Amino acid sequence: MKGKLAEKATKAAIAVATAMAASIVMFIFFFLFCFSAPLISSWHLGQFLAKSWNPDARIFGIYPMIVGTFYIAGLATIIGAILGVSLAMFIEFVSGSMLARFLAWLVEFMAGIPTVVYGFSALFLLVPLIRESFGDGSGLCILAASMVLALVILPTVTMITLDRLKAVPGNLVMAVKSLGASSLEVLFYVHLPYAWKGIVSAVILGAGRAVGDTMIALMLAGNAVQVPSSILDSARTLTSHIALVTAADYESMSFKVIFVCGLLLFVFSAWNILFLKILGKIKR
Amino acid sequence: MNRLILRILRIFLWFSAITVPVAVMVLVIFIVFKGLPAISLRLIFGDTNPLDALMLKQQVFEGIFPAMVGTFLVVILSVTWAIPLGILSGIYLAEFSGSHLKKFLDFSFDLLASVPSIVIGLFGLTVAIFLHKYLSRQIYPCLLISSISLAVLIVPYIVRTTQLSLDGVSYSTKLAGYSLGASKIQNLFRVVLPSAIHGILGGVILAVGRAAEDTAVIMLTGVVATAGIPGSVFEKFEALPFYIYYISSQYSDKSELLDGFGAAIILLIICGLLFCVAHLLKNVVVKKVYGF
Repeated sequence: MKGKLAEKATKAAIAVATAMAASIVMFIFFFLFCFSAPLISSWHLGQFLAKSWNPDARIFGIYPMIVGTFYIAGLATIIGAILGVSLAMFIEFVSGSMLARFLAWLVEFMAGIPTVVYGFSALFLLVPLIRESFGDGSGLCILAASMVLALVILPTVTMITLDRLKAVPGNLVMAVKSLGASSLEVLFYVHLPYAWKGIVSAVILGAGRAVGDTMIALMLAGNAVQVPSSILDSARTLTSHIALVTAADYESMSFKVIFVCGLLLFVFSAWNILFLKILGKIKR
Repeated sequence: MNRLILRILRIFLWFSAITVPVAVMVLVIFIVFKGLPAISLRLIFGDTNPLDALMLKQQVFEGIFPAMVGTFLVVILSVTWAIPLGILSGIYLAEFSGSHLKKFLDFSFDLLASVPSIVIGLFGLTVAIFLHKYLSRQIYPCLLISSISLAVLIVPYIVRTTQLSLDGVSYSTKLAGYSLGASKIQNLFRVVLPSAIHGILGGVILAVGRAAEDTAVIMLTGVVATAGIPGSVFEKFEALPFYIYYISSQYSDKSELLDGFGAAIILLIICGLLFCVAHLLKNVVVKKVYGF
């Protein structure tokens, strides 16, 4: 009898904990929405899309931050995807087992390196390098941030891609090879058709991390509120904009606008996850 | 033609296989090279006697000891909140949920895992403002709020690793308990969980590493540059990653900058050690599952 009761209590505890944990994300959405809804409804969209941020003139445009995020995360995703996918292919196809094992280990280790350490190191190594090789400016720019951000998202891309490449059935590879296919043909006709969905999801998850990362852009991109015109320009991302608004007054307009930034980032991640779910449903 | 493409592809793969390790090594070695001269007891304790500092008899003002203690406290607290929630949810996903509910839960944990950390920090800040307005005027962003926000950040990791480790337990093991007449709960706690414990622990340690290195969440929820060691969970605190960021943006002279490099080495060592332990635990799981 007592045992039965304890079992019921345990089951109830499990259910309650799950309900709590699963509702956190709804709370986050709810809070972001509640704090930014008044702004969204009372302000014209055009005012958010103004190209400058000047609280004194009551201009609170977040368009520069959206563009900055797009440039920095986009460039980082391109570099990270190309390097990450080819690194996974290298580990799977080219290398002897020692080097492959070292690289696989390194990629996992990279996932554990604190982003703030990457940022700190690059700030005093990469940024001066860019400053000296391109002449004017401080060296804090989109290029510096994207290059380091690419390293930050690379483990995500490589680990998932590698996982999907390893999932290709060995007997299928053997069968195609026995028909006389070259390793390139095996790659193009067996691995890519089999694993393309996994590779696309890896890149999308990497892009999600690139958009969501704060510290790299905050430390390396210079944080100027302007619509950047080249990759050597300084830029501010949505995430660093949130990090930089230290309004003492919680009722001020500049403080309220960061919730719109937060909501945008949240919606972007939701869209990413939805896209991945839909992608998972597609038959190849 | 085919051979040409193959050759180009091969060159390209070698290019990335060399570029990536070199880039990472250069960044890490630069930190170690620059920071090594700073590594000393002075970096940690300043002018204070280390024993007095450790016994909390004397506040440390010059060193990074308060930041290390702050990181330690905030990580311990956040793991305390996240472990019960995460492991129990993982158990539910692996063992109890029906397929419809499971889809919904999967989605909400995937979504939570993909929410940027700065947004979670913003959430923590709004919770603090909300509590300040409606519950007590004493509540400001503080150690407690930071630890809860960090817990939100790491819960999805713990859920996923718990779920995967439980799914990895073989079917025959899962049936063994039942065949001896155990109930579902008995079987779960005496057979299934013990055989998945390495994987779950590995996940928890990865989550600890994630909590220790994250800067964006705590910078909105109560970390400050100088606070000393917090006396209660309602006080502000210092933390290593924030200290590193703060030095990078505010350093006034060479010796402060050197302290920043030293702190970066220490954070790197802490996260590296956590990574190695998690890696070892993972290998134990692999060995257990495949029997070699």
